[in-house]
Amino acid sequence: MAKFEISRRKFLTAASLGASGIMLSGCDAFDSQLSIGSGLRGFLENANGLTHRAQRLLGGGSSLAPEFTEADIRQPMRPNGVTAPDDDAYKALLANNFADWRLEVSGLVEKPLSLTREQLMNMPSRTQITRHDCVEGWSCIAKWTGTPLSLLLDQAVVKPQARYVMFHCLDTIDRSLSGDIKYYGTIDLIDARHPQTILAYGLNSKPLPVENGAPLRVRVERQLGYKMPKYLYKIELVDGFANIGGGRGGYWEDNGYDWYGGI
Amino acid sequence: MESVARSQSEIGPGVPASKEKTLIYRQSRWTRLTHWLWAISLFFMLLSGLQIFNARPQLYIGKQSGFGYSNTIFAIGAENTNAGPRGYTEIFGHRFDTTGVLGWSGPAGNETARGFPSWATIPSYYDLGTARVIHFFFAWILTATLLVWLVAGLINGHIRRDLAPRLDDLKRLPQDIANHARLKFHHTREYNTLQKMAYGGVLFVLLPLMIITGLAMSPSMDSVLPFLNDLLGGRQTARTIHFTVMALLVAFFIIHILMILAAGPINELRSIITGWYRTDPPAHDDNTSERSA
Repeated sequence: MAKFEISRRKFLTAASLGASGIMLSGCDAFDSQLSIGSGLRGFLENANGLTHRAQRLLGGGSSLAPEFTEADIRQPMRPNGVTAPDDDAYKALLANNFADWRLEVSGLVEKPLSLTREQLMNMPSRTQITRHDCVEGWSCIAKWTGTPLSLLLDQAVVKPQARYVMFHCLDTIDRSLSGDIKYYGTIDLIDARHPQTILAYGLNSKPLPVENGAPLRVRVERQLGYKMPKYLYKIELVDGFANIGGGRGGYWEDNGYDWYGGI
Repeated sequence: MESVARSQSEIGPGVPASKEKTLIYRQSRWTRLTHWLWAISLFFMLLSGLQIFNARPQLYIGKQSGFGYSNTIFAIGAENTNAGPRGYTEIFGHRFDTTGVLGWSGPAGNETARGFPSWATIPSYYDLGTARVIHFFFAWILTATLLVWLVAGLINGHIRRDLAPRLDDLKRLPQDIANHARLKFHHTREYNTLQKMAYGGVLFVLLPLMIITGLAMSPSMDSVLPFLNDLLGGRQTARTIHFTVMALLVAFFIIHILMILAAGPINELRSIITGWYRTDPPAHDDNTSERSA
């Protein structure tokens, strides 16, 4: 019995030493190595490229995001990010119920377009009940109605050197020394031509509300919410995004999110 | 493949034969390499995962997160009280004050509202984007390591010889539990029943479940494997399972470390670094009866 007492005491001493060692190893040790542009971060980000390629390989251009039923719409669509743009240009458009708003399609296209909301709504539409997954971790199911982006791309005739679709938005998401930063983002032509990629003007059978991106927002159903810009006014076909913003292809990408938001 | 039979006896002068301790080659290089790759990956995945969780420190059951209705089963948060800001953790509607650790934490006078405290997250400050880079990098390492281990373990017989449960394991279970409760360990080449259950449970249940629930949370993988979320009960349930399995892996880690300390940390560490393990002297008389008790 005495032998057991000693071994238990030794055990408890060793165990508490081990536990306190774990507690003391604070996790700020790695902070300095992880800022955008640092070598270690760049190395770790290689995995994002691998993840992107794996998802492309498995999903290709046509795998469909799950669609749900009316019964799954249990709550209003949760708004996130900017929910009431404070920009004068936006407020002027809103005051006129977007009668003066136009969607421009420009850049590397043969026939640039400028469309009113009515013209967009008169084009063939797609309605889908899908799950919106935020990068933060939450999900919300809602019904979206809009114009398939592929129809607009066909109408504008995309030039062969175009590789990405860039979305320009009316809302200021951030302020920097060089001025206001309006939300922007890019997707490749595979996602742009995906059958579920629509420019939505309707939400849950009603006109898209301001907090969810009126008059028009993007739905890219195989990616996370930050890839679906709101308050859209211009679509620009580009061959790259290295010289735009921070060069990483979008507002949140410039702040550290992966360009392909598929996971 | 390393042979089990390779062993070297260490008999000191004057030590009777019955006190003989033997160094045996217990852990193959594949076991040792994959063990340490898992240790590193799980360390970074845990701390970056807690950072990711902090972006939405709530867990839900179902396809979506309840905002207009309630399906929240776990939440960490902060609230203002008469005694100042307090951190709380709510599990199935039961609320606990966890100020200082969960919900409200930080250096004295500089506390902030955050789910898990900064010492438990990478980066220590709030940075979801960076945590995701780290998490997915090590997700690849972890998954690749599991596949390498599986192939190596099937080829070199480690899984069949050391982990596969046998009828004998069931008979030994009560004695094993009693031995562990008394911190009385036998140092043999074979894993005991509880070890088989713990290691097998982690490698064949918890880690695969972690990978599957991780994939189920990906909107792009949902377009490829839509049945995953149907099987798991929806994306938010998958996220809740992912978090729960994390807690089980942490529990495994704590027990694993305590058992190593109790069973002799030098010997245990040597075997997972060099492969060589010192076994107990064979006690010819009572060995058989005790092992099969």
